[in-house]
Amino acid sequence: MANVTMRVWRGDGDGGEFESFTLEQNEGEVVLDLIHRIQATEAPDLACRWNCKAGKCGSCSAEINGKPRLMCMTRMDSLPEGPVTVTPMKAFPIIRDLVTDVSFNYVQAAKVPAFLPPPMPEGGYRMFQEDVERGQEFRKCIECFLCQDVCHVIRDHEDNKPHYAGPRFFIRYAELEMHPLDQNDRRDLIREEMGLGYCNITKCCTEVCPEHIKITDNAIIPLKERIVDAHYDPVAWLGRKIRRKPKTSATDAVVQPAP
Amino acid sequence: MADSSYEHHEYDVVIIGAGGAGLRAAIEAKRRGMKVALVTKSLLGKAHTVMAEGGIAAAMGNVQSEDNWMVHFRDTMRGGKYLNNYRMAELHAKESPDRVQELEQWGALFDRTKDGKILQRDFGGHRYARLAHVGDRTGLELIRTLQQKVVSMGVDVFMECKVLKLVHDDEGRVAGCVGYWRATGEFVTFQAKAVVLATGGIGRSWKFTTNSWESTGDGHAMALWAGAKLIDMECVQFHPTGMVWPLSVRGLLVTEAVRGDGGVLRNSLGERFMFNYVAPMFRDETADSEEEADKWYDDHDAGRRPPELLPRDEVARAINTEVKAGRGTPHGGVYLDIATRRTPEFIRRRLPSMYHQFMELASVDITREAMEIGPTCHYMMGGVQVDADSEATAVPGLFAAGEVAGGMHGANRLGGNSLSDLVVFGRRAGLGAADYVEAGHAPSTFNQVAADAAIKEALAPLERADGENPYDIQRDLQEMMQTNVGIIRNAAELETATKLLDEFTERVKKVSVKGGRAYNPGWNLATDLPSMISVSKCVTLGATMRKESRGGHTREDFPNPDPELAKVNMAQSSPGGNWDSAVEVVETPILVLPADLKALLEETK
Repeated sequence: MANVTMRVWRGDGDGGEFESFTLEQNEGEVVLDLIHRIQATEAPDLACRWNCKAGKCGSCSAEINGKPRLMCMTRMDSLPEGPVTVTPMKAFPIIRDLVTDVSFNYVQAAKVPAFLPPPMPEGGYRMFQEDVERGQEFRKCIECFLCQDVCHVIRDHEDNKPHYAGPRFFIRYAELEMHPLDQNDRRDLIREEMGLGYCNITKCCTEVCPEHIKITDNAIIPLKERIVDAHYDPVAWLGRKIRRKPKTSATDAVVQPAP
Repeated sequence: MADSSYEHHEYDVVIIGAGGAGLRAAIEAKRRGMKVALVTKSLLGKAHTVMAEGGIAAAMGNVQSEDNWMVHFRDTMRGGKYLNNYRMAELHAKESPDRVQELEQWGALFDRTKDGKILQRDFGGHRYARLAHVGDRTGLELIRTLQQKVVSMGVDVFMECKVLKLVHDDEGRVAGCVGYWRATGEFVTFQAKAVVLATGGIGRSWKFTTNSWESTGDGHAMALWAGAKLIDMECVQFHPTGMVWPLSVRGLLVTEAVRGDGGVLRNSLGERFMFNYVAPMFRDETADSEEEADKWYDDHDAGRRPPELLPRDEVARAINTEVKAGRGTPHGGVYLDIATRRTPEFIRRRLPSMYHQFMELASVDITREAMEIGPTCHYMMGGVQVDADSEATAVPGLFAAGEVAGGMHGANRLGGNSLSDLVVFGRRAGLGAADYVEAGHAPSTFNQVAADAAIKEALAPLERADGENPYDIQRDLQEMMQTNVGIIRNAAELETATKLLDEFTERVKKVSVKGGRAYNPGWNLATDLPSMISVSKCVTLGATMRKESRGGHTREDFPNPDPELAKVNMAQSSPGGNWDSAVEVVETPILVLPADLKALLEETK
């Protein structure tokens, strides 16, 4: 098949430049196939992360023609004619070539107060499909960190990182908050230390999510509502707490052992 | 104690590998108050466990109350063609329900039955609907749950740190290991009272595989070099349904849940050919007409199971035969059809990642068209021989759990039994290691000379000027193993493979890589090649010695099972202890089944 030119950013924390590779492109190939072919031939030291090559592990995040995407799920034939530019994620420090230091995300993960369920009754917890589905949407997250990369609160303002968890962790907090069994209350933490207020819901994160999680609509906005209610209006908060059917029903189920 | 000029750490328990087994071992050892290090080649949460799709097998009986551990045990042993370590199969069947429920205590959200229990789905070789699942992304749920638990417990995690070799003390105990940080290429030594191997599989040595770059058999090889025994290395599982087109995704997994949820296999003539491949041992419980099989999907009491849900070895061989007989698809597979059998809504809800995978990578809409699939290298049944209860190996202080351990699955693993294996035996390895440490065992010394030698060997490819590109060697090895040690084997091809592996050994000794040590994939691959060669030799040797067909091991020249060989494992060891040392194989008797468990196998219903 036809040849294609790949412009790949190469360098490290001290700087770098684009290197062009012209190589064969076959039917059905994705960007990662071309990167692998470059590694196997011209540049065995070209650094990139990948694992599953099936869109399930979230390792091969990069910016393709300037857009944050998974290299393994970006078909070459979906890109416009002409050279394809591949650069590392911009929001994180560069280790080498396409590999960035994503430890910021692991630091944030360590700050999340753990899931706290009631003791498990004999026969296991009872939860209903409609109640687990909200959390299941967020648990589809493959931790590719593309949402973190595209979020301008982090991308354009490095100094925000210490006090801003970012979209990936807002869906984690939303998942815990909506979990039918969880008893931990993280709302003050989310408001005061995780910087939810910095998000001005531009939905960039939702647009780049390869799992099509509705990060803004289904996680961030409901989380903002809950926190605002909790903070400014204790009566409304109490009302919501009582009306929160899923948690109430699951808690009921917990005290009744399975038959 | 150690005299290391490298970054050095001291721990009670070092766990190598952070997939399901490693994470679960870390939780258990940490709970016991151990100082634990978890060392992984990749980032945390990216291990191959995320690729598991269909579910985790546990006889909870939430969908069919007839299910219990005894039936699960029987199914596992029959699926494994009785080569299993029966005690592992027993512990696994008894403990997996608790391990699944424990995941919910840590935040997992499985799909539910109407009355709010964990939903279970049908899978090949399991008599009852037994797989707890989350759509078709169960592995992701498992790894994320365990990862979040490990992080909340404060386990020390060493990410993107590749372990090269285990290190002993003067008395032959394991004393730790040596490795390097991928980001910088700087070396690091770990001194440990106990080491748990949880490094997963070896599938990267074949051309068409579901496995990622990580599955290079590091743990299998390091255990062999350290003096442990490997068993059943000839038993490699080729999953029946991998993608075959486009070439760039050839081998990529298509979950068995497609068949569990109603999908059927057809050849190019449109025949549901699996009815022609029902082995005698499965005839009593398998439908003999399409009509009967189709009734079963709606009501499990109205008919017997469809033959598409036979164990994986049976289905993979059948597909292979159909294609060889000229009844394959244009791209050399067969058709997997769910489009004509289920509604688009059902397919998208039950199999969302399969839908996206085919839509985005192959431009095939599986709600409208059949998939083209064929066998792909998927799983290693063989591995380090362990004590079933503690996961201790023959080397004091060394434990192994998950895919790197052998015995649990015998000659063939049932789908869904892998995720449960990880949590059942991951936990037990954590307990085993903690018991060992608490009993006061500790290495007397850390053999720095051996660590230095491993480092020197790892650096050699960088210092060689004009050797061979490691990627060329890897590609040729994958091609060679696919051709000569694939799904169907014979003496001539195995002999060829044996000869060629000696040539590969010499090629690896001359490999050279350009660039520096900082995040250099070429160098990283060069340090993986010794493991890949070692395990490829073991698979070839085991396959040569086992002159019969059993489970994942099929010999064209010995097409039937040999009852005498059902009594032995091919146990391999390497007295030399280096990656290029000779490997010896000895037939060793498998554990004899106690009468009460034997009776379970003989029950037909």
